[in-house]
Amino acid sequence: MDVVDLTLEAEAATATLVEELCLRFEQEIVTVQSYCDGIPVLWLSRAGLKTVLHYLRTSASLRFQMLFDVTAIDERTRVNRQGQPESDFTVSYHLMSFTSHCDVRLKVALQEGDLNIPSIVDLWPNANWYERECWDMFGICFTGHPNLSRIMLPPTWVGHPLRKDHPARATEMEPYSLSEERQVAEQEALRFNPEEWGMTRESKNSEFMFLNLGPNHPSVHGVFRIALQLDGEILIDAVPDIGYHHRGAEKMGERQSWHTYIPYTDRIDYLGGVMNNLPYVMAVEKMAGIVVPERVKVIRIMLCEMFRIASHLLFYGTFAQDVGQLSPVFYMFVDRERVFNIIESICGARMHPGWFRIGGVAQDLPIGWDKAIRELLDFLPPRLKDYDSMVMNNGILKRRTQGVGAYSTKDAFDWGITGAGLRATGLEYDLRKKRPYSGYENFEFEVPIAVNGDSYDRCAVRVEEIRQSVRIIRQCVDNMPEGPYKSAHPSTTPPLKEKSKQDIETLINHFLSVSWGPVIAPNEVTMTIEATKGLNSYYLVSDGNTGSYRTRIRTPSFAHLQMIPEISRGFMVADLIAIIASIDFVMADVDR
Amino acid sequence: MRFEVGSALSIGAILFTVIIVAAMLIWVERRLLGLWQERLGPNRVGPFGLLQVVADMIKIFTKEDWVPPFADKFSFILAPPIIMVVILMSFSVIPFAPGVGVIDSDIGVLFVLAMASLGAYSVMLGGLASNNKYALLGSLRAAAQMVSYEVFMGISLLGVVALAGSFNLREIVLSQSDGWYVVPQFVGFVIFLIAGVAESHRLPFDIPEAEQEIVAGYHTEYSGMKFGMFFVGEYLGVLLISSLLVVLFCGGWLGPAFLPPIVWFALKTGFFIAFFILLRAAIPRPRYDQLMNYGWLFLLPLSLLNLLLTGAFILWQDGM
Repeated sequence: MDVVDLTLEAEAATATLVEELCLRFEQEIVTVQSYCDGIPVLWLSRAGLKTVLHYLRTSASLRFQMLFDVTAIDERTRVNRQGQPESDFTVSYHLMSFTSHCDVRLKVALQEGDLNIPSIVDLWPNANWYERECWDMFGICFTGHPNLSRIMLPPTWVGHPLRKDHPARATEMEPYSLSEERQVAEQEALRFNPEEWGMTRESKNSEFMFLNLGPNHPSVHGVFRIALQLDGEILIDAVPDIGYHHRGAEKMGERQSWHTYIPYTDRIDYLGGVMNNLPYVMAVEKMAGIVVPERVKVIRIMLCEMFRIASHLLFYGTFAQDVGQLSPVFYMFVDRERVFNIIESICGARMHPGWFRIGGVAQDLPIGWDKAIRELLDFLPPRLKDYDSMVMNNGILKRRTQGVGAYSTKDAFDWGITGAGLRATGLEYDLRKKRPYSGYENFEFEVPIAVNGDSYDRCAVRVEEIRQSVRIIRQCVDNMPEGPYKSAHPSTTPPLKEKSKQDIETLINHFLSVSWGPVIAPNEVTMTIEATKGLNSYYLVSDGNTGSYRTRIRTPSFAHLQMIPEISRGFMVADLIAIIASIDFVMADVDR
Repeated sequence: MRFEVGSALSIGAILFTVIIVAAMLIWVERRLLGLWQERLGPNRVGPFGLLQVVADMIKIFTKEDWVPPFADKFSFILAPPIIMVVILMSFSVIPFAPGVGVIDSDIGVLFVLAMASLGAYSVMLGGLASNNKYALLGSLRAAAQMVSYEVFMGISLLGVVALAGSFNLREIVLSQSDGWYVVPQFVGFVIFLIAGVAESHRLPFDIPEAEQEIVAGYHTEYSGMKFGMFFVGEYLGVLLISSLLVVLFCGGWLGPAFLPPIVWFALKTGFFIAFFILLRAAIPRPRYDQLMNYGWLFLLPLSLLNLLLTGAFILWQDGM
């Protein structure tokens, strides 16, 4: 099935669904909207929310298996709200169907005096963290939530930062000072109290030990904390604590221009490099109506796959290292270095090039760009074969990881698991195949899957993905189209050189484009890609301005970490490390 | 003063050499790992980075000697020297070459085993005295692992003792002049090798200090010279196990006459040390319970069977 068929099929299915819902839930559905991304937006009444969600999950003609994202928008200063119900704060639910590749967005309007909405944790367990995040960022109260507390910010924080009246810059706030009393209070707030974490101190037979793993433990890959409840070395419970890497990336999106936000995206999944630029620039392009030239698409795919290889190699090495194998990580860093050398020669930077632009890429490929890439493509496969015998076929490693941290496809849906973690359960779902973007439909590659969904399988899937990325890059190198590296569209930022400085009009256009960047007409868009760690999505709301009104970044790692307690109970501390390693997350991607 | 077994000169020379070699092993290991891992290793201080050890020593000696306020001070300080002392004591019965050694003991093998058991105290005390949960987990693991693997270690040696008819290490070496025990006692050799790695808790059996799991295990809270003693103690352990492998299974100093006996001993020991380092570079770490099951359910029956067959063979030979 080619891409047009897929899109048409999904569109038809969506249209039928909307019709079905409108008939069935006349009372609950307030209004239906559609934006440039084609995802239907259903405004629901607060009372009808759970009925509709329950129906969509269990009995609609299209089953929505996954709660992809829950977020909110502070609408109080939004000017362009044509066709939308009166709302101060809007809670938005993004559902995904894996049977027919379509999405639906449900919105509920809340008024400032009454920011309460029923929690849906009983429908989708992964709503837990998303609702906590909404509470933390917007102060929206989810009634019936088991543990509605701050998740990103420290417990002593005052205010809800994604509200429009919360300062975005340090200069808008009082200078920070830490008095003696405040220090004591802050420290007191951090005191560990097992009951607050939902843990008991003892059972009938034993007294539990509480172990604080992180935020600076060697194996948590960044600043991530897990509170462990241990009976000997057996895990009774493991409760993740995130937020140590929170930088307010979504808030920054609201005060940067469309163009100047690009480098911030690089640092979301900091191993993904330009792969993070892709959903963002594609989202802006969709709103601006920019169609990029073929060459741009292929260049983008080539660099994204390079970063996929770099990221997977790092995962592969640290995975082996966390199981106690000392050497592989060094070999894989050598390979990764080769990848970075190529990326540097093309983009001028290694990990965070920030190289994609709205409407194209920053520069054309340098002369002779393909030589080093071809060398890499010949160099990698034999190395990967070596690693198979060194890591994947190692008996001890197999015994350490097989059967450890396993979950089924259904569990993966319940917890919002995407990417290799989902494919390891046996579901062949890769967005590059199922909803091709940026021209992936023109490439030949397989979607590797595994069956058991355990730590070993998650690694095996990624290893195979490296091989497939090598295949894709080879096709890019062999078939790189000629043509411009930027679109001729007026919103392309910065504009093509020959489109500027010709006369006063083009000069003004160039000046505005560089100083403000493009002005995007009021719109909303969601752009999802198959990133290194799973599905990464940008939900942008434009209010007809030079910058985003609301930037929502849905990252795969956030969802994946939430599942840790579920899959690690009953295992030992050493297994937990293997499970964490197999998830492949970076904390910047979790905390944003 | 003559250079013979038990002379002051001999004792001094052995003590000096053993400690220097153990310290140099830190450099050897880092360079060899570098070689096997596509990188260089320490190569900046002195020729080939040889003086890295000296630099490390200066650093470790001049570091603040710190005892955490929450630790049990007495046992915290007591723990690191124990490992140094017991391993150095074990070297006293090792016959390095004819005329080179500290003491010729008729219970040499038993002495080494006894000292190795005492080594467990160092790790346990260190972990318990630190009053740190990671250290506690480390010392729990260490206690279980060391106590278990001592059992198989002892039994695996008995085959050699039975064949040589002596507990005296020097006599065991001499009795190998017709052929090394590694051939008839191959099973014992392998079990002793595995148990030796477990005793010196090095990767793949570094479970008591598994960095990725429990930070640094029993020595999490240690720094400065006290950490240095644990560190050098580990290399002393490697040196001891390698020497024992040479003495018990590979003919000690015996070898063709074109090289002096002590060189043969050093070469063979060096071979095993390199093997231990390669092992560290190559193999992942099993889980704690997997290691225990492997020991008790596989190594123990195997070593008993080995002893039984060796005994039967000796009886059969005597009967002939």
